[in-house]
Amino acid sequence: MSATKLVHGYEVVIGFETHAQLSTQSKIFSRASTAFGAEPNTQACAVDLALPGTLPVMNKGAVERAIELGLALGSHIAERSVFARKNYFYPDLPKGYQISQFEIPVVQGGAVSFFLGDEKKTVRLVRAHLEEDAGKSLHEDFIGQSGIDLNRAGTPLLEIVTEPDMRSSEEAVAYAKELHKIVTWIGICDGNMQEGSFRCDANVSVRKPGAPLGTRREIKNLNSFKFMQQAIDYEVRWQIEQIEDGHAIQQATVLFNPDTGETRAMRTKEDAADYRYFPDPDLPPLVISREWVERVRSEMAELPRVMAERFVTQYGLPEYDATTLTQSKAMAAYFEGTAKVCGQAKLASNWIMGELSRRMNADDMDFAQAQQRIGALELAALIMRINDNTINNNSAKAVFDALWNESRVAVGDNLHDVTQAASVIDSIIEAKGLKQMNDTGALEAIIDEVLAANPKNVEEFKAGNTKALNGLVGPIMKASKGKANPAQVNALLLKKLG
Amino acid sequence: MALTSHDIDRLAQLSRLQFEAPAAERLLGQLNGFFEIVEQMRAVKTEGVVPMAHPVDAMHGLTAAIGDTDALGMTLRLREDVVSEPNQREANQRSAPAVERGLFLVPKVIE
Amino acid sequence: MADVHNMTVAELAAGLQHKDFSAVEVATRFLARMGGNPHNAFLDINSEVTLAQAQASDAKIAAGTAGPLEGVPIAHKDIFVTKDFATTASSKMLKDYRSPFDATVVSKLREAGMVTLGKLNCDEFAMGSANENSAYGAVTNPWDTTCIPGGSSGGSAAAVAARLAPAATGTDTGGSIRQPAAFCGITGIKPTYGRASRYGMVAFASSLDQAGPMARSAEDCALLLSAMCGPDLDRDSTSLNVANEDFSRLLAMPAGDKPLATAGKDGGPLKIGHPREWLGGGSQVDFDRHAPARRSEGTNPQVNKRIEEALAHYKSLGAELVEVSLPQAQLSIPVYYIVCAAEASSNLSRFDGVKFGHRAKEFTDLADMYQRTRSEGFGDEVKRRIMIGSYVLSHGYYDAYYLQAQKIRRMIANDFQAAFAQCDVIAGPVAPTTAWKLGDKADDPVANYLADIFTLPASLAGLPCMSIPVGFGEGSHMPVGMQLIGNYLQEAQLLNVAHRFQQITEFHHAKPEGV
Repeated sequence: MSATKLVHGYEVVIGFETHAQLSTQSKIFSRASTAFGAEPNTQACAVDLALPGTLPVMNKGAVERAIELGLALGSHIAERSVFARKNYFYPDLPKGYQISQFEIPVVQGGAVSFFLGDEKKTVRLVRAHLEEDAGKSLHEDFIGQSGIDLNRAGTPLLEIVTEPDMRSSEEAVAYAKELHKIVTWIGICDGNMQEGSFRCDANVSVRKPGAPLGTRREIKNLNSFKFMQQAIDYEVRWQIEQIEDGHAIQQATVLFNPDTGETRAMRTKEDAADYRYFPDPDLPPLVISREWVERVRSEMAELPRVMAERFVTQYGLPEYDATTLTQSKAMAAYFEGTAKVCGQAKLASNWIMGELSRRMNADDMDFAQAQQRIGALELAALIMRINDNTINNNSAKAVFDALWNESRVAVGDNLHDVTQAASVIDSIIEAKGLKQMNDTGALEAIIDEVLAANPKNVEEFKAGNTKALNGLVGPIMKASKGKANPAQVNALLLKKLG
Repeated sequence: MALTSHDIDRLAQLSRLQFEAPAAERLLGQLNGFFEIVEQMRAVKTEGVVPMAHPVDAMHGLTAAIGDTDALGMTLRLREDVVSEPNQREANQRSAPAVERGLFLVPKVIE
Repeated sequence: MADVHNMTVAELAAGLQHKDFSAVEVATRFLARMGGNPHNAFLDINSEVTLAQAQASDAKIAAGTAGPLEGVPIAHKDIFVTKDFATTASSKMLKDYRSPFDATVVSKLREAGMVTLGKLNCDEFAMGSANENSAYGAVTNPWDTTCIPGGSSGGSAAAVAARLAPAATGTDTGGSIRQPAAFCGITGIKPTYGRASRYGMVAFASSLDQAGPMARSAEDCALLLSAMCGPDLDRDSTSLNVANEDFSRLLAMPAGDKPLATAGKDGGPLKIGHPREWLGGGSQVDFDRHAPARRSEGTNPQVNKRIEEALAHYKSLGAELVEVSLPQAQLSIPVYYIVCAAEASSNLSRFDGVKFGHRAKEFTDLADMYQRTRSEGFGDEVKRRIMIGSYVLSHGYYDAYYLQAQKIRRMIANDFQAAFAQCDVIAGPVAPTTAWKLGDKADDPVANYLADIFTLPASLAGLPCMSIPVGFGEGSHMPVGMQLIGNYLQEAQLLNVAHRFQQITEFHHAKPEGV
């Protein structure tokens, strides 16, 4: 571990609480739909509204997703966990209590590892527990009143809690991105931050190095990575200023205002401190058998970090490449699709992390869209053509360019095999006349002309100035319209001047 | 340890109830009357006794005869993840005090 | 037409099947008797709905598609939510509340063919032992209208005793079926916790609430219990996953003159356990030591005398009496009132004036709306229990009160298992006294709590238990009930034991004067 970077001599300490909405069809304790964006209260059934006489019945799908997260993060899956009632009054909380887990959560321990630049970081988890989401209060267009929509009430959540292991806003954002990647990768959460499917609360405090932990303030509902960084940076500056001005930090819950870029303390609920947790008598203990855990494990997709390790061993990629290529399932699949076919893993990695990613960012595209421009098979064929000296790198970029920009029947994913892809590539090479010139005779003719036209360079070279050679190679490549094979040009030149 | 009028205020706040002075006085006396008979319970030695949160936990030897149980008692029954609740907003809001455009109206919520 | 209002459920079911009278005739008779709402037993009546159901029953009987209890009327405690009748839980909080669905127990009894007469008064949210905690007025005892009917299912007990209904549903959290049944001279049973679905019961204390039938005889209770129980796995996570039973199956077995001589474990004589701690003074001693301010009455000698006479009857039926011990039983009062208050304080948080029910007319802001709504909507006893519950769950008190109570709850349950190693059923009083005068304990909540001493232990353990009439207090001619407690899932045996007693006694046929 490198020394943690300080801000004005203060160490920043950050812990995260993330609420991930689980991708179940129905709610955690009722059979109402969890679909987003329905008409107000049309997806709030009797149970969700806490109508008298209603009772909760647990959704197996939510438990399964909790197990998957635990397995993905190397956590302990509790064989017996308990649902408890968290009692407080709020209009968006229909029962006047939230069913959550308190003393015994379902997922215990575990860790999230990721790269910050090229430095490997690991953030330890305290726990992840199952609970129900609340409804929404709408403040617009009701004079002096709020409208309550309980469609979201009862949506299953996993609250994922870390140790205060992060030491900078960059590290915090990198953690959040990695966690986001994992939950979407294993498919337990759609990760849609605009719709609130993945909500982060950051506990931020500062201290002089070596000093005990400072008082923390909790920034609620950070719903974009951009705001996350801004909010934490502002909060850190604010806390340091307070301390420097001799004010003690008061524990508080704050909201980030994207418009002002500032955080502001929320109106505190007087009794927020006393939730009167107790085991929910409507719900016996949740028991998860080892068999069930193993069944889920056997059915789970390969995890990003496992896949990255495999890329290193199977394809001999550097760890950095392997980690970058496993940012998303789509990217990893694209890489394997290319590497397997062309047999040039490192070249494939370079093209995907380089040219392809650049184009995708420029045109703001995801892999599904990119596939329509250049399929993995086409990229593989292109790489093969570089490899067999049909074209050189510059020409390859030109071919890539053509594939990317020229409107044509989308071939990307309806190509069946590499031969088909190769013919697409070859036809472009043909049409643009990019084929590398490997005919020695023609090349020698060009070289002779250039030598004759540049006696000065020839003199200097013979006088021992090897640099003078470049003055000759340039014109030769130019005369060959970039199609000459640079290696071949060098060899022939030396022979003639030798 | 008898309750004080301060406890009554704190508990009333927690419970979202309010008591006028005379009622609060009477209530304080009644609650302390109750906690008098609770004292004997607090004296009982209970080291090592597992709290009983659910009656089925006590159905010794019967748990084999009852589904969804293990040696320790009742276990949580899990349902398949299926949506089967139709939209019943109208029926569900029939007894609502204040509704507009399908939303339950409350005095402004200030965060 | 025969005077159907004096018939039992069994007699009515048979008469209807044989077309001796029609379901509409029966319903009409009871609706007529309900006119003027005697004893303030009913909170909602809807004769159109009732008669429509009766007509449908007659059609089914004619078509030969009748259910086992087709056309037999029943009334429901207002704790069960119903589509066709208002559901108030006897609280101002739920004035005129309409549920969009029927409680599972209500629909099961409908499926069995029963016709709904209306909704019955009770203590607010089932909290009380005298039915004086109803926002819609107290219920009077048909045996003496200056006395309470018991509670919380007071309307149910009064309606059956006054022949306003042949049967009623009740709910029992700490004795709310057994005690009013005893005070009104009828028969009632609370099955093993989890036998009857809690879906559609307005929750009071979730780990204790249990529904059960109240009727005139053990035979009727067996028929009704068979119809209302059964797994409700999709709606109630605490519903027992055991196949439902025909709880009448042992009643028809050849009696002989000593039917209980072979009704015990492995064919031996039935062993009836009599708890040492329940003899004589009952709960008195301990409370006086720990709460000197209290002058809790011990068990009334008249009550003890009736219990001893009943036990003598059981001897004559071939049963054997054994003394057992329930050492922690007297702790049931503090344990029960802590557990039920804790659960109630949380269960009643949903009544906030936002989604349904009462909302204060005037308020300054959200916090004020909550406080006024709940202060106006809840009665005193409900508020007391919410306050106690908030206290025992609050930070710094949880371990000392709630957790300690949960531990002693286990000790009490274990006491019962030790006792059942020595006996088949446990017998004792239902209450230390007969029904008291209206208003006598109205201002003394703890006095009401103390009167529950005999019914709370079985509730805490979740055991099946019932009350049968065993005579009357000397001079007072107020009914006395005996409590029978069975081991888990032993309802059929319990009902058989009660039935054998009723085969050789007449107490359950006695009627209040003027009925």
